[in-house]
Amino acid sequence: MKPILDVKNLTKDFGGLRAIDSLDIKIFRGEIVALIGPNGAGKTTFFNCITGIYKPTNGEVAITHPKRDTEIINDLVPNVVVNPLFRFLPESVLKSLKKYFPQLLFRSLKPNEITERGMARTFQNIRLFKNMTVLENVMIGRHCRTNAGIPGAVIRGPGTRKEEKEVIEECYRLLKKTGLDHLSDELAKNLPYGDQRRLEIARALATEPFLLLLDEPAAGMNPQETKDLVDLIYKIRDEDQISILLIEHDMKLVMELSERIYVVDYGKGIATGTPEEIRDNPVVIKAYLGEDIEDA
Amino acid sequence: MLTFEEIKKSFLVSLWFIFLTFPIMVIRVNSNENTIDWRWENIAIVGIASFVLSFFWRDFFRRKKLGQKKLSKDKQKSSALIELLNSKKEIKYGLLGAIITFAIAYPFVLGPYQTNIMISALIFVVLGLGLNIVVGLAGLLDLGYVAFYAVGAYTYAILNTQSGIIGHGLLQLSLYLNDLFGTTFFEIIAQPWSFWIVLPLAMLIAGICGLILGFPVLRLRGDYLAIVTLGFGEIIRLVLENWNELSNGPSGIAKIAKPNFGVSLNSIESIPFIYFLMIFLVLFTIFVVNRLQISRIGRAWMALREDEIACQAMGIDTTKTKLTAFAMGASWAGMCGVMIAVKTSFINPASFTFMESAIILSIVVLGGMGSVIGVIIGALILSLLPEYLRAFDDYRMLVFGATMVIMMIFRPQGIISNVRSTYKIIRKQKI
Repeated sequence: MKPILDVKNLTKDFGGLRAIDSLDIKIFRGEIVALIGPNGAGKTTFFNCITGIYKPTNGEVAITHPKRDTEIINDLVPNVVVNPLFRFLPESVLKSLKKYFPQLLFRSLKPNEITERGMARTFQNIRLFKNMTVLENVMIGRHCRTNAGIPGAVIRGPGTRKEEKEVIEECYRLLKKTGLDHLSDELAKNLPYGDQRRLEIARALATEPFLLLLDEPAAGMNPQETKDLVDLIYKIRDEDQISILLIEHDMKLVMELSERIYVVDYGKGIATGTPEEIRDNPVVIKAYLGEDIEDA
Repeated sequence: MLTFEEIKKSFLVSLWFIFLTFPIMVIRVNSNENTIDWRWENIAIVGIASFVLSFFWRDFFRRKKLGQKKLSKDKQKSSALIELLNSKKEIKYGLLGAIITFAIAYPFVLGPYQTNIMISALIFVVLGLGLNIVVGLAGLLDLGYVAFYAVGAYTYAILNTQSGIIGHGLLQLSLYLNDLFGTTFFEIIAQPWSFWIVLPLAMLIAGICGLILGFPVLRLRGDYLAIVTLGFGEIIRLVLENWNELSNGPSGIAKIAKPNFGVSLNSIESIPFIYFLMIFLVLFTIFVVNRLQISRIGRAWMALREDEIACQAMGIDTTKTKLTAFAMGASWAGMCGVMIAVKTSFINPASFTFMESAIILSIVVLGGMGSVIGVIIGALILSLLPEYLRAFDDYRMLVFGATMVIMMIFRPQGIISNVRSTYKIIRKQKI
């Protein structure tokens, strides 16, 4: 079976600082995988690289949609989308020229195009649309799956009305699933913290992803909310066949939830395995607790 | 009540005001006798007045703070007026009927002078609604909005009077095409163009200009965007001022024809017609903007305003969304430009200065960003207030400015803040 997310040799430099150092990560269909590491290890940078917000210094990111072929979505040599200026060229010409002018003819995917291909994320510091209602927040997630334009909006014909109705129904279903349906008309900024986190998940789900990237979903949640979150994540995986990659500091949650764990430190992958293997791995313990002074 | 602290504060305020107003209130140069009159009695007036007023000022702020606490407790109150209108249908329809009657009767009761003023006010309503798309909905601060207004006005002026290089070019083109096809049909493009053709054409051209401005500023936000748009506005004005062959320079273009309403009218008689046309255009704009606001595109604009990174991560193409916002906003300004050219039948670059942009922006901010009714009220206030304040003569701009400052202090969210739409279909499903 092909991995749905295949990250090879990913490296990202910020000036002289190497935030990610040749990281390899594979995720298969239906898995819940955790990415852990001490603060500043490069976990969020990794998310930003695979969702197209950053451009990697080296390496490549490829995804395989369950119903489509493998596609390289982000790497050093842009090779996914033809630059709009050269769209008129026939494909054979483009292919033969690709060797010589990759940077000129091609560009990598923008974050919105990556979301469109089925990878959705939440943010570590919640980034909801604060002055929009809860329902509207989720409806934004449907944007890339609908296509009413300005004429449709103004005339509001049967097609647009039907699409709009389907969007509302689908979003309402997602709100029910995340347990936010009773708050649908509330402004997002008025929601309690835990609900805001869940709203971010609902919004990401609205984009119909096959892989959901959660950046510290349990941060700032109380034990009861964390428990609900675990149930929600299982529900998402089991009902919708969505794979999940999460960054988390709450070890109890990570150990309980994930089937495989990747550990990064200073941008390097230092260990990978099941929760049990990671728990007893001396390298991981050293990364978290520091070196023994007597050895030094 | 009157503590020592309060008195001390007010005393300092009055001292400061005495100092500030000293050069204009006390010193007067008597140019006949080359002497200086020292009007010391004015010091007392300024001192006492500012001393007393500062008490009122502080009291206002105290009440405002109390009011805010109450508001956060009870959110319903913030839109009490709208709630009332929605809950009582009789009041809502009564008010609507009164507005319609007033709007219809206006030109017949109040005469051409007042009607003309109202036409300008309605033009500002449409301009406000157009800029509201860019600033209020999409959150892109545009200080050069007047450029599109100018584009619309000059499109009609040039095509209608066939002046300048464009008129010349059209004549040459018509001759060439007539030769080519052996007809006289193409003379039509060298005739004065009809208002009814130019109106949509000007919207289109202004929209394209919006796109042209949009491309270079795609990466900019906030202050930087404001400065670039400001520059764009100035570029258009300077081109119009200096490219004599195109726009006839500072002397402008005169004798722009009124639209053909099917009957022959002189310029006074056509005013009610233009008025009703403008009313129709306002209604059309309100209709379109309302529809856009609750649509997929409208939601994308709002998401862009709230958080650009999250917006892109949720699958919205920010490039496309920004460009549509710029183009949609600009096309309304183009339409208004045609209307102002029709109304005054003379335009020159002096009508399209930065001041106009600033006023249109004030309309949006004062009315309430993103709120259609708020912007309409704001536009009517800001365009009618200076007209009716003519009684105060020299002080009218001062009153105008003071009104804006006070407004922003006591109601920074605008006259009517934007009420988020809720979706009714859900309620049905809940049952």
